[in-house]
Amino acid sequence: MSKNWTEDLRQNARTFTTNLKKRGYSFFTGVPCSLLGALIDHLENSPEFRYVANVREDAALGLASGAYLAGQKSCVLMQNSGFGYSMNVLTSLNMIYKIPILVVISYRGYLGNDAPEHIIMGDKIEKLLADLEIPTFIPTPDNLEKQIELADAVIEKEKVPVVMLIKEKIFG
Amino acid sequence: MKTRDALQEIIPFVESNPAICATGHISREVQDIQDRKENFYVIGSMGMCSSIGLGVALVRPDRKVFVLDGDGSVLMNMGNLAVVGALAPKNFIHIVLDNEAYASTGNQKSLSSAVALAEVARANGYKTVYKSGSKENLKEVMKKVTQTDGPSFLLIKVGPDTDKPAPRVKAEPDFITQQFMEALNVHTSVHTA
Repeated sequence: MSKNWTEDLRQNARTFTTNLKKRGYSFFTGVPCSLLGALIDHLENSPEFRYVANVREDAALGLASGAYLAGQKSCVLMQNSGFGYSMNVLTSLNMIYKIPILVVISYRGYLGNDAPEHIIMGDKIEKLLADLEIPTFIPTPDNLEKQIELADAVIEKEKVPVVMLIKEKIFG
Repeated sequence: MKTRDALQEIIPFVESNPAICATGHISREVQDIQDRKENFYVIGSMGMCSSIGLGVALVRPDRKVFVLDGDGSVLMNMGNLAVVGALAPKNFIHIVLDNEAYASTGNQKSLSSAVALAEVARANGYKTVYKSGSKENLKEVMKKVTQTDGPSFLLIKVGPDTDKPAPRVKAEPDFITQQFMEALNVHTSVHTA
């Protein structure tokens, strides 16, 4: 049963997915986060997208990577807690095999304002991404279209995984 | 029957279809027996071969997709059995070569002797589940596997890998990607926009 997301969040989800669709993304998989709620709701209810509910974030990256190898540009959705599980797949599969996936990660624990389990990852995720040299974009509701354009340009040119960190009040 | 013997029986049945090969000796042996563009050797990200194979199978329902997995690898990514069962692609063939050990790190014991992997696959929703333990029987089972709708799971019990392993995967990872995508007729340079 989906929650009643506000019209603002729904509109952001529409803008986001419309722009991804334009750039060839129609395969999505991931593990949910409340901050990605309106986005997942939209994907699950739009016949032009395939959203596969996955069991773990690393398995979602593996699945999306297979879809990419078969010719389908792909996107993984996760909470930043799942970034820890994902690090080995990003570094020993996606980065070295040049399998570019757009990884949309919710930014729980941003500025230390969250439940205890999110505080450390919320504080460290930008540093971890920078250390791994994974190109990272942090959009706002006003520049979603432009940020997708930039992220996809890196994916097309460099063939590396790219992360979009999603703060509160964009999709949930 | 050892891993290599089993792979020698299996590989002719793969024909020209894609095969995603598990981290460790399985990728190395497959490369040594018959290196092909359609083989995707997963040298890192242990466990991911079955997730990758599932992704290929979903996007390319016109091809039979083989995953040549190991017991350590399937135990590591056991959650993916649930994803396979839930999506149930007919063209997904999951073969597990079970030597009950982590051969490439020195034959340390895995837990597979205590786990009914075939039953786990069945409970997760794999449509057909087979077991084999001898060369003679494996050919017959492979015939059935390739002629029946999946998702299929084939558990093959093999003896310990005591022989010198085949050489490491030679191709650079990004070259493996490029070759595999070419074999599947994917044109990466073409913008889909």
